Amino acid sequence: MTYRVGEPVTVAARAHGGHHRTPSYIKGKTGRVERVHAAFRNPEARAYGHDGLPEIPLCMVSFARSDLWPAARAGASHRVYVDVFEHWLEEAR
Amino acid sequence: MSEHDHDHTPITSGDEPAAAVRARALEELLVEKGVLRAEEIHVGIDWLVSRTPGDGARLVARAWVDPEFKQRLLADARSAALELGLDPGPSPVVVALENSETVHHMIVCTLCSCYPRALLGPPPAWYKSLPYRSRAVSDPRGVLAEFGLEIGDDVELRVVDSTADIRYLVIPRRPPGTDDLSEEELAALVTRDSMIGVARPALRQW
Repeated sequence: MTYRVGEPVTVAARAHGGHHRTPSYIKGKTGRVERVHAAFRNPEARAYGHDGLPEIPLCMVSFARSDLWPAARAGASHRVYVDVFEHWLEEAR
Repeated sequence: MSEHDHDHTPITSGDEPAAAVRARALEELLVEKGVLRAEEIHVGIDWLVSRTPGDGARLVARAWVDPEFKQRLLADARSAALELGLDPGPSPVVVALENSETVHHMIVCTLCSCYPRALLGPPPAWYKSLPYRSRAVSDPRGVLAEFGLEIGDDVELRVVDSTADIRYLVIPRRPPGTDDLSEEELAALVTRDSMIGVARPALRQW
């Protein structure tokens, strides 16, 4: 599954017992693909001495503040851009 | 570990901070298990602490004076660094993000301290601190205000969390009144913090 720039995506809400690079504050949140970077070795395997192959595409996904922190006080908004490996992305819910 | 009866220096000796004790223990283990040689560790640390934000500043200053170079920098910062004879470091991809009148970028690594070390040197302590890493994504305008940087409500604020293999470098806006400056003089205005996106370059006040 390859995602396109501009496409809405939801970050998988699953827990992960070991090292991974998907921060919890975006899990289950829906954002927009901003860039599709190159593919990189999987850090979840590399952290334990494995080669991390095959490489997995890395996407830059942006999230609106109001989606990440609905309870945030009013005021000027912002977006947070996070690099997420493709196997953490799902079709937007 | 080899068997021996002599005493090692106690690992919790003196007033050494806990993190330093952990780092030293890790280093000793890596050497003992043959993963790295002590010289390799020292060479790596020496290389890292010898990098400076001056290299990143050269990229920014060239981008300010050469629009075609700026396009190449935005397209592939690693190649652009090599073009200026700079060492872009081991990260396979470096991405430069341009600030403008309407868009402001700031960089954080909420998971640890990912940072374009080859071009900016070691990250500042605050960049690695829990308050910056947590608040930069939830209250970036509040964080920037503490750095003395007010971002207007009409400016689109983009907080970039460098969670994976990409390293990010901000191209700050060229300060007004700098038309007569040479590229070298411009580079001297480009600060470390302005390339993280928490400050603006500024003309010297003295």
